[in-house]
Amino acid sequence: MSAFWSAWVSVITLAVIIGCTWLLFATRKSQPHQEQTEETVGHEFDGIEEYDNPLPKWWFQMFLGTVIFGLGYLALYPGLGNFQGLLGWSSHGQWEEEMAHAEEQYRPMFEQFAALSIEQLQNEETGLKMGQRMFANNCSLCHGSAGTGAYGFPNLTDNDWLYGGDPATLKATIANGRNGGMPAWGQVLGEDGVRDVTSYVLSLSGAGENLDGDAVARGQSQFQALCAACHGAEGKGTQALGAPNLTDNTWLYGGSFEQVAHSIRNGRAGVMPAHKELLSDEKIHLIAAYVYSLSQK
Amino acid sequence: MIKHETIEKNIGLMILLIIIVISGGGLAEIVPLFFQSSTTQPIEGLRTYTALELEGRDIYIKEGCHVCHTQMIRPFRAETERYGHYSTADEHVWEHPFLWGSKRTGPDLARVGGRYSDDWHKAHLNNPRDVVPESKMPSYPWLFKNKLTGQDTEAKMEALRKLGVPYTDEDVATAREAVAGKTEIDALVAYLQSLGKLHSVYTNKR
Repeated sequence: MSAFWSAWVSVITLAVIIGCTWLLFATRKSQPHQEQTEETVGHEFDGIEEYDNPLPKWWFQMFLGTVIFGLGYLALYPGLGNFQGLLGWSSHGQWEEEMAHAEEQYRPMFEQFAALSIEQLQNEETGLKMGQRMFANNCSLCHGSAGTGAYGFPNLTDNDWLYGGDPATLKATIANGRNGGMPAWGQVLGEDGVRDVTSYVLSLSGAGENLDGDAVARGQSQFQALCAACHGAEGKGTQALGAPNLTDNTWLYGGSFEQVAHSIRNGRAGVMPAHKELLSDEKIHLIAAYVYSLSQK
Repeated sequence: MIKHETIEKNIGLMILLIIIVISGGGLAEIVPLFFQSSTTQPIEGLRTYTALELEGRDIYIKEGCHVCHTQMIRPFRAETERYGHYSTADEHVWEHPFLWGSKRTGPDLARVGGRYSDDWHKAHLNNPRDVVPESKMPSYPWLFKNKLTGQDTEAKMEALRKLGVPYTDEDVATAREAVAGKTEIDALVAYLQSLGKLHSVYTNKR
C-alpha cells in the first residue's frame, strides 16, 4: 500500500473513532447519577410525550468499551494502513504456521510409509487407514465410499482391472489419470452391424442361448476386423490400452443388449483425472496401497 | 453545538450528517481497494473465460449454484488441504459479478476444475445421488435438454469488455458460433472444469 493510502486509511479510521467518542460525550446528558428524569423533550402528540432521559449508564459504558477495544485491536493487529500491528499477525502468516506445524507432525509418518512398498503396506494398519481417509476425500465421489464403483466408474474391489492392478500401474493410474478411448462404430457398422457385433460380444460372456446364431456369426467377423485390435482376438481385452475383457460379465456401462449396443454405436470415453497435480507422491502412495488392499481380500 | 432538535427538524441536515457518519467505514475499507495493484491487477497468466465457459457461468448463476457453493478458499489448513491453495483477489479481477458466496451447503468450487471427469459432472448434475448416495443437492435434468442459441453471448462479452475484461474482437466475433447449439450442461461443465484452471501460478498439491 502506498504511503498516501496508508495515511488515508489511518487518518479516516482514527478520525471516525475520535468522532464517535466525541459524539458520545457531546450528546451525553448532564445527569450522570440520575438514570431517569421527569423531563420531556417538549413536544406532545395526541397526549403522548417523550421523556428526555440520559443514555443508560451500562449502555454508555459499553460504547466506551468498544472504543477502547478498537484502539487495542488497532495497536495489536494490522488495521492502520501499513502498520502491521505489535503482534505481527497476518492471515497468511497464521496459515503458514498451521502448515508448518502439520508438516512437522505428519511428515515423519508419511516418510515412514513412503519407504515401504505397497505390498509391505498391506500389513500397516495405520497406513491403510490413512489411505482410506484420503480415498474417501478424493476418490469416493466416483468410485464409491467402499470402492465398489458405479455406472461408468470402475469397481476397485473385484480384481478385474482395465489398466492393471499391480502396485506400479495403480500408482501410475492415480498420478497420471487415464483417458478411455472406445471409438464410435455406429457410422462404420451401420445399425444392423452394431446389433450383430453386440450379439457376438454378448455371446462371449455366455449369453448365447438368447441370441440369433446368424447375427453372432456375422458379428464375429466384424469383431475380428474392427474390435480385436484392442479387445484381442478372443475378446479378453488388453490392459496396456485399457480395453476391457468382454468375456467376464463385468460391465462398466451395463451389460444389457441395448447398453452394449449403445457403447458400440456411440463409443465411450471414460476419464480418470490425473492426481499428481493435486496430491503429493506420499499421499498417492498410501491411496494406491489402500486401493490395492481392496482387491486382496 | 448543534442541538438535537435542530437536526431532528431539518431532514436535509440529518441526511448529510448520517452520510458523513456511515461513509467512514467505506472510505477506509473499500475505496483504497480500487487503487491497490493486488486487487486490480490480474494474476500472472490469467486467461478470460471462453464463450462456452462464460455461458456456463451464467447458468451457474441462473440455477443458484452460488447459493450453496462458495468460490473462496480461506487461508486455513483445513480448507487448503481439501480445496487447494487459498483464493487471492488477483484471481478474481475479471469476475463480474464475483461468485465468492458466503455460505457453504455444498463444498467450495474455486478449484474444482480437473478434479472430476466431464462424465462425472454430467452424472452428478443429472442426479447427484447416482454418484454420491448421501448428497442432498437437487437434480438438474433440464440442463441436458435446454439448448443455447448464443444470441446474447456477444453482448455479454461486450459488456464485460467495458468493465475491463480483455476480450479481443476475435473472441466477440466467434462467440455466437462457439455457443450455438450446445446444451446448457455442456456450458456448465465447461465452466466448472475451468474453475481454478484460468492461471497456473499456484500449485494445488495438498
